[in-house]
Parts: sequence; C-alpha cells; structure tokens
Amino acid sequence: MFLYSLTLQRASAIIQSIHGNFDGSKQQQIVVARGKILELIKLDPNTGKIYTLLSHEVFGVIRAIMAFRLTGGNKDYVVVGSDSGRIVILEYVASKNAFEKEADSDPTGEGAQNTSQLLTYYELDLGLNHVVRKYSEPLEEHGNFLIAVPGGSDGPSGVLVCSENYITYKNLGDQPDIRMPIPRRRNDLDDPERGMIFVCSTTHKTKSMFFFLAQTEQGDLFKITLETDEDMVTEVRMKYFDTVPVATTMNVLKTGFLFIAAEFGNHYLYQIAHLGDDDDEQEFSSATISRKEKHSSLLPGLSEIWWKLINWKIADLANEDTPQLYVACGRGPKSSMRVLRHGLEVSEMAVSELPGNPNAVWTVKRKAEEEYDAYIIVSFVNATLVLSIGETVEEVTDSGFLGTTPTLSSSLIGDDALLQIYPDGIRHIRADKRVNEWKTPGKKNIVKCAVNQRQVVIALTGGELVYFEMDPTGQLNEYTERKEMSTDVKCMSLASVPSGEQRARFLAVGLDDNTVRIISLDQNDCLQPLSMQALPAPAESLCIVEMGSGSDTREERGEDRGTSGGLFLNIGLQNGVLLRMVLDSVTGDLSDTRTRYLGSRPVKLFRIFMQGSEAVLAMSSRSWLSYWYQSRFHLTPLSYETLEYASGFASEQCPEGIVAISTNTLRILALEKLGAVFNQVSTPLKYSPRKFAVLPDSSNVVVIETDHNAYTETTKAQRKQQMAEEMVEAAGEEDRELAAEMAEAFLKEDQQESEFGSPKAGAGMWASQIRLLNPVQGNTLDTIRLEQNEAAFSLSVCKFNNHPDQTYVLIGTAKDLTMSPRTCSGGIIYTYLVKEEGNEIELIHKTLVDDVPAAICPFQGRVLIGVGKLLRIYDLGKKKLLRKCENKHIPNFIVNVTSVGQRIVVSDVQESLHFVRYKRQENSLVIFADDTYARWVTATCILDYDTVMCADKFGNISVIRLTSSVNDSVDEDPTGIKALWDRGVLSGASQKADPIATFHVGETVLSLQKCTLIPGGSESVVYTTLSGAIGILVPFTSHEDHDFFQHLEMHMRAEYPPLCGRDHISYRSYYFPVKNVIDGDLCEQFNSMESGKQKSVAEELERNPSEVSKKLEDIRTRFAF
Amino acid sequence: MGDRYNIFSQMEHLQSKYIGTGHSDTTKWEWLTNQHRDTFSSLIGHYDMMNFVAVAENESKARVKFNMLEKLIQPCGPPPERPEDQ
Repeated sequence: MFLYSLTLQRASAIIQSIHGNFDGSKQQQIVVARGKILELIKLDPNTGKIYTLLSHEVFGVIRAIMAFRLTGGNKDYVVVGSDSGRIVILEYVASKNAFEKEADSDPTGEGAQNTSQLLTYYELDLGLNHVVRKYSEPLEEHGNFLIAVPGGSDGPSGVLVCSENYITYKNLGDQPDIRMPIPRRRNDLDDPERGMIFVCSTTHKTKSMFFFLAQTEQGDLFKITLETDEDMVTEVRMKYFDTVPVATTMNVLKTGFLFIAAEFGNHYLYQIAHLGDDDDEQEFSSATISRKEKHSSLLPGLSEIWWKLINWKIADLANEDTPQLYVACGRGPKSSMRVLRHGLEVSEMAVSELPGNPNAVWTVKRKAEEEYDAYIIVSFVNATLVLSIGETVEEVTDSGFLGTTPTLSSSLIGDDALLQIYPDGIRHIRADKRVNEWKTPGKKNIVKCAVNQRQVVIALTGGELVYFEMDPTGQLNEYTERKEMSTDVKCMSLASVPSGEQRARFLAVGLDDNTVRIISLDQNDCLQPLSMQALPAPAESLCIVEMGSGSDTREERGEDRGTSGGLFLNIGLQNGVLLRMVLDSVTGDLSDTRTRYLGSRPVKLFRIFMQGSEAVLAMSSRSWLSYWYQSRFHLTPLSYETLEYASGFASEQCPEGIVAISTNTLRILALEKLGAVFNQVSTPLKYSPRKFAVLPDSSNVVVIETDHNAYTETTKAQRKQQMAEEMVEAAGEEDRELAAEMAEAFLKEDQQESEFGSPKAGAGMWASQIRLLNPVQGNTLDTIRLEQNEAAFSLSVCKFNNHPDQTYVLIGTAKDLTMSPRTCSGGIIYTYLVKEEGNEIELIHKTLVDDVPAAICPFQGRVLIGVGKLLRIYDLGKKKLLRKCENKHIPNFIVNVTSVGQRIVVSDVQESLHFVRYKRQENSLVIFADDTYARWVTATCILDYDTVMCADKFGNISVIRLTSSVNDSVDEDPTGIKALWDRGVLSGASQKADPIATFHVGETVLSLQKCTLIPGGSESVVYTTLSGAIGILVPFTSHEDHDFFQHLEMHMRAEYPPLCGRDHISYRSYYFPVKNVIDGDLCEQFNSMESGKQKSVAEELERNPSEVSKKLEDIRTRFAF
Repeated sequence: MGDRYNIFSQMEHLQSKYIGTGHSDTTKWEWLTNQHRDTFSSLIGHYDMMNFVAVAENESKARVKFNMLEKLIQPCGPPPERPEDQ
C-alpha cells in the first residue's frame, strides 16, 4: 500500500507572532508561526480585517521567531530558530511573494534563560561580534519570563522579571530592584493555593514613550509603565486594561490594533479605544489590591478561527446533498460543537425584491478611473431597470439607458462612455449624454455579445459576427468585414484589454456544433480563426480571464511567475461541467484542460474581481468561485442558495462584492474568507468536549464534556456562598452592613465564563456533563450534570441482542481521578435508553466498575468495555450491565476498542495495538497478535479485515497489517490453548503485525476516519489534529502514479529543501522511518517554485511543468477540494 | 590494548559532548534524572505536546511550561546519599 498525504486545512493554532515592516513599506505586518507553518499576515487598518499574504510550510518545528532590522534599514527580517539546529534569517520578497533565505548558521550558545535562578546579563559587543557575559545575580523567585525594557535613548534599559505572583524590575549598576505583586481579581473562586503568573507580554514603543501590556493566566491585561527620575526607575505602575482570551503571544501595532494569538479558541484583533490614561481606573503601584469590574479599553475586531479539534464525524444530518463535518472543538467555557460545510462563506449585504423575475444584472461605473460602481442594471423579459448606487439604491431614468427593451449587455466602454446592447442594436452613450445608435440590419437580431473596455463583438442570428473597436476619439467603429460562422453562436467571450495595449487579441466563440473557436482580433489577421477545441457537450458560457498574477499586483511584481500566470479560457458546458484551459497568449492555442463537475444545471460564467485580481464565478445548481490564491487555483463552492446571474459589485461599504439575482430578488453578497475551505455554524458548550456520538434515525448527537481543574455549577454556588459568609464575618462591627451588601452583590454577580474564563479549582477537581444536542439547529435538548469529581470519558451508541429494537447510549465515567500517577476511586457505566426518536434519553441503570471505563464498543449484540487495563464483554441486565468475559493481558490502559467481524482491535495507551479474538465456545478473549513498536495510540481506524491505521500522541500515523501467515487461532487451534499459553518474548503475543506505512504529521492527531469528502469522489482517510489541521491520506491506484509522485518528491527534496534547514526525510521520520507515504504538501510546493526550477524538475520527470501541476491538482480533486 | 584505550577516550568525548551518555558508574538516579529532563524538554519543544498537556490539565500553556521548567531542576528529587564505604 502506498499513500499520499495532503493537508486540506492548515493548522490554525499560533505558537508565536511578531510584527514589523517585512515588505519594506510603511505598513506593519505580522508574521506568525503555526508550529510547522510560517505565515505573513496583513492587517487592513480601515476595515480591521486580516489577510494572509503568504503561508509556507517549513517541514520542521519552529521554536522561536524574532524580527530584526539592520542598522539604517527600513525592512525587518525574520530570524527563525527551529528544530533543524540552525538559525535561519528570512527576508520577505514582496515581488515574488516568498520568503527567501538570507543566511543560515550553526547554532551558537544563545540561551539567556534563567532556569537556575540566576539572572544573567549578556551584552552583544558589536566590535567583537560576540556575546559577552556581563553580570549575573540570583533571583528570589523562579521567573517564568523576562520583558526587556528599551534602553539607550528610548528608556532606562533593564529587564522586568515576571515570576509567580510578582513582577520585578532589575537593572545593572545602582538601580535598586523594584518589586510589585501581580494584582488579583477580587473574590476569586480559584484555588486559594494558586499563584498568579503573567503568560505573555508585548512592548509598545514610540519616539516619546513606551509601555508594556502583560497578560495574566486569567486573561486580564495590564498596562505597565515605568516612572523614571534621571535614568533611575523610581516606580513600576500597573493598570488594568481589559480582559481578553488567554494568549500565547500578542502584538500592538502602530495603527492601534492589538493582535491576540489565543492559546485555545479564536484569535482576535482588537482596536485600542483608549490607553486608559485619563479614566478613574485604579492604578497599582505597590500592594495587592483586588481589581474592579471589567471595563473595556478595546473594541472587538475580527476574529480568526482556530479549533482544537477533539473529535469529529462526517455525516449528512441536515439532509443536504453533501455531507457535513461535525466537529467538537475548543477548551473549557470557550468550547463548541461546529458544523462545517465545504464552501466559501457568503455574507449577505442586502436583499431586495424586484417587480418581476429578472434575466440578468450588471454593474456599471460612470468613469473608468472611478473606484465604485454607479449603476446596477437589471434586465427583464421586456424591460430594463436602472438603479443608481448611492446612500440607498434607487431607480433612475436619466442614465441614458433604454428602458423599454431587454438588455443583452451593459458596461462602461472607453474612459467615460456607457454601452448598452439590446436585441435590436447597440446604444453608445457618451459622457455628455450624446447617444449613438447602431441598428441591426434587416430582421436580424443580436443573439450574443462580448464586450471589454474597448472592443465589442456581436453575433447576429444565423451566426454572423460583427466587430467594433473604439478609436482614440472615443468613437465605436465597425470593422470593414463581418464573419459568417457555420452555425449559431452559443456564447462568446473577450479578454480584458491588457494595460498599455489597445485591444485584447483573442475572441472565444462557442458554437452549436460542440466546438469552441479562438478568433484573432489582431489588426494583421482580424477575424481569422486561430484554433479550435471540440467539446463533449454544447458550451453554455465562456470566460477568458487572466489569472495567476493579479492585474494590479503584476505591475508591482514586474515579472511573470512561470507557467502559472496567463490567460485562461473557462468553458461552462450544458451538462454542468466546467473546463479550464490555458490560452496561449501568442498563438491562441488551447492546452492543459482541467475538468470539474459543478452541478446539474448548465454552467454560466461571470468574471468578477477578488482581492484585486480576476476570478470566475461559475453557476450551476451550486455556485462556485474559481480563483487564484497563494500560488494555487482554488475552485470552491459558495455556501449559498442557487443563483441565476451575477456581476461584480464595488461600493464604499463593499469594495469587492457580487450582485446576483435569484428568482425575483436582487442580492448583494460579499466573500471575505478566501482560501478557507470550510464555513461553519457553531453551538457553544460548557466544558471541553471529549467524545460525541450520533443517535441513529435522528440528527441529534450526545456529547460528553469534561474538564479537569474545574468546578461544577453546584460546587461553584457553594463556594460563592461560603466566600460571601466569610466576607461578612471578616468585616468589623461597623462595616458589617456594608460587607453584607457587598456579599449580596457578589452572589448576584454572574461573570460570563466564556469571557473571563472559568475558575481553576486545582488538581483532581473534575466537572463534567452529558448533553443531548441538535447540532444543525444548535439547540440543547437535555443536559445531565455529573457530580463534582465525576468525569465522563467514554461513550457509545449500541443495541443489545436481548432488546434488539431499542437503542442504548452507554457512558463511562470515573470518580476522583488523579492524573499522575493515575488513580481513581472507581468508575460508573451509565446506561441510557434512547426515546422519542432520539429526542430524549432515559437513565436505565448504573453499573459500578473498579477502574476508568475509557473505551466502549458494541460487539455482536453486546458491548466491549475497556475498564482500566481489563477488556470485558458486558450484556444488558435488568439492574445493571452483566459481565460476561474478561481479558487481563493488555499492558497498561485501554484507550480505544474497535471491532471488525470476529476480530477486536484494542489500543493501549502506550503499547500500541492488540488484536483480540473472541472465542464463543470457551467464552474467552484471546490476544492473538500485537504490534512490535510501542505507539502511544490516540486514534485508530480499521481499513480492512487485516489492516488498521493508528495515530499516536507524538504526531505519527501508521498503518499496521496482519500478514497472511497470521491466523486467529481458530482453525488450527480450536481450543485456543496455544494462543493463550504460547506467549512470545517479553509477554507479548506470539504473532506480530507488520507496519506497512508510517508518516510523521508533526501535530498530535486526535481522530481518523475513512470517508468520502466530496460527492462522487473516492474514499480517503481523513485526520484532524490538535492544532486544528485537517488532512487526508489517499491510496495510489496505479503504480505509474506512485512512481511519478515518488520521483517528484525526490526532486523536490533536492531542488526545494525546507525553508528552515530541516532535512525533509528526517522530519517525516521523526519517530519512525517514513515508509510508503509520499508527502503531498512538499509535492504541491512545486507550484510555488520559480519557473526555471519547475522546468528542470519537470524535465527530470520527462514532462512539462503544466502537466506536473495538473497531476497535482488531479490527485487532490479526486478525493477532496 | 591500544584499541581499548581509544574507545575509552571516545566515550569520554561523547560524555563531555552529550549530557546523559552513560558510563559504568551511572546510578539509577542519574539515569532517571536524564530521562525525565529529556522528556520534559521534548514536551516543551514540541508545540502540540504542550497543547496536549495544557488541554489535559486545563492550565494555560505558559503555566504548563513554567511547571516543566521548574521540574527540570530536580525531576527525581535530590540525589540519594551514597553509602560511605564506596
């Protein structure tokens, strides 16, 4: 078996972020490290939106990033420290949109950490070009991180040492230490033993001042300033700023934005409303004082989503055509259940009803240099409606457009003239409202037309083409000849006029005889056919676009990016298929066809602008957007209802929108999250979700939510009550009344945990609940709260032989679990009966067990339950579950049980898989084979009767197969005695499974599922990781393909080694040698190589570059998106 | 004889270069301490392992990291007292 690994959605967790001017312009950007991905993010200060400029996988673990600037330079470089053992300096080259390696060097000792309680000052001696140890002193407390205070002309220099409960300012020389406690929340429910630490900080420095923002573990932001007196720091001041999600890193930008890379949950961008200088918020300068209510110094901005994917399932619960992904994600009070659908999220800006059912819609600008559209023109069967765009959209009659006829096309032509094409003629409206009309000859009508900025081509009935071109005076002139086509014209398209040129050179015409012809419009051979393409079905619509390098970005880049950029002809067929071909910009030849089925209706194509470059909106029974994003073509469906006609739309509120019609409504839509594969609907949960299961015959799911270090609602209420009583008791005689009032207020106060975080209860405290949820509608049908310190861990939906017509839900919980070493006072298995078609569950009974029941799996009308290290079979009884059979030979702790036929696959927490056979006659469970490696299994997926895929905690995925020589000891050894007593070495099983494929993903994989992601696609294994990535592993179907990709991977390793200097093979072989898996992510970087290298790699493979990228696209679209 | 001497000097080189390379006098405590230190530093260095532990313990990542750094100092407690006669 050979597999191909691909990432569908990159990880969204951020490890570290830095800000600086990386492209050398005035604007600040952010570079974030997402573990193995380095990403450059741009903020739009006007809209507060985040755009990803570049995302690059480095195939290594990024440990640290830092921005630095050469003296006198205006551009920041990125220094990356990674597990490759090298320090790499990267420069962002805007013209190529790529990070380029500047230098890499072997590591020198640069550990400035004070793990041994010593604070050591190092000085970089520029003369010696070496780090010199200046001074070192012991610290009173163990610090967890340091904040450097600007020195030289900017400030007093020195460091702030953050340690548990305290922050201390230290500097060399005479400066005395200034120490102050970290303020704590008043009346906190946290474990009183806990200290408080700062988790991250950021420095903001302008010419005149600087301050620090530091965040505590609870999410409270403090603004720290230093008071100085002639270079001596006299005071450290701290002021409460706001409460935001706990971050891993944060950045203050010059434009007044605060970027929060949250450790779990969405990342946020805030706009700083005020710096809190002039309000009456209490300032701390020495003693611990409790803090006041949350007040807001920040305006919430846009958030970028990141999920900690815990568990997921693919199913069609909403009864749509395509399955949805159901994902349980997040942590604690910020966790949620999300429904993901493949497609671009569409935000609806406006919907308005029209008097009838329109046929078509266009937007028109008044002048070519204007930024926004002026008119929306809607064509009906017998009339045309002109709407002007302003504060509101209203009908106008003075635009010059003819309103009494249907319209075929309307657009801006030349610099400031308007053009309307209707069945009887062409109406050319000059800027001064002079109107030139061209009427069709005789009884002929205009059937189709194609228009760009300077050219007009119309097709008359019978297949006659008439060509007009605009001359320098703004006059439309008909070309002397007309061209007679052999059959009726079905559709036409003209490319936009390239900047600096007079005309577009090609016209594409789709004819009735299932062909598309390219016709030259060049002056030398005007209206001469250049090339022809036969089609499988009649063409419905054509669209020539320039993609691969945006029309405006191209000038900045000043170069063409190899084979990828250029003209593309998109052909929408009547049978719902979209073809995309490369149109040679010199000869007009068509090549490199890509095919994709879009839907059941004929495909209509519209050219629109997305992020400054051309894109194609294709409409069939679903609407799709074909666009170029981050060096790759994307064809993504829109998550929106069926549309009929559309046009680009630009206004002040919506600079890159779409105006579309659907039955009798006019809609203005915006697509904002380009590049995102999924859009989502989310339902909040209370605690971290652990597992969920779909109830059969309903669209409901049962979720178990469990949090360590947390209080249940009941305990929380008790503790509050207790604290309130203490508060009153502690108060003196005269303040008692006041204290009672305060206590009452405290009891009433209900802090939003999703905002402030939940109180930390301390180790060994568990809170858990069971929830019945409809994820499609997002409503909770039932919740069952468990007691304090009882935690649910396993869940299964099953049927029992003795009650075959009823469905049960089994939930396993542990009581008083401690994590390290693992102990518990017992476990309970709850049996619930599913009632009311899955809308209700009723408790039947509880079964006590002596260890944690962490895995439940239905098995032949009974259930298999892993209780600690014991594997047991239970059957349903009247008062409790009845134990039928037990196996005690699993080494440590059973985390997962699955079964196929007679075989049972049991995963141990640290000793990989065990293959177990149930022998009915003897009623025994026999381990007949196991694995040779100790894998710390997190997820398993059965591929076939002999093959299992498993993922481990360290980020590896392996496929394990029982060879044909392995027998499950039934035929040859009917008693099972041999397998029972014939133990292999070190008490392992006597037979061993073979690893047939291994691969290091780099992130902890938490779920594996075999499924088809797109309708009509082939099956693949989909995995999700803790950092939020979704990837697939697909099998190769032919040796030829495998051979090709193996060679491509080999050449890519040589020609395009990972950016941070990590050896690609050693990265993919981090824990086990990589075997039989080809890294598709590396192969797909082929598309972002420069064209020279692309050519040389393709030559080695005896192909040309476009064939290679077609292969890459093919394998992706066959299985996924 | 020359070979054996050479191997010994190589071992010394390894021991000075890589902390934790064992020798004939390594005690159980030393070995375990190195094992624990290796484990903790690997957990700190792999971001998804940090996420994993932070989720399991329901603590902030900074706190988990701080705890692990603290544990690096003496993961297995103070060294056992050696019997006097050796």
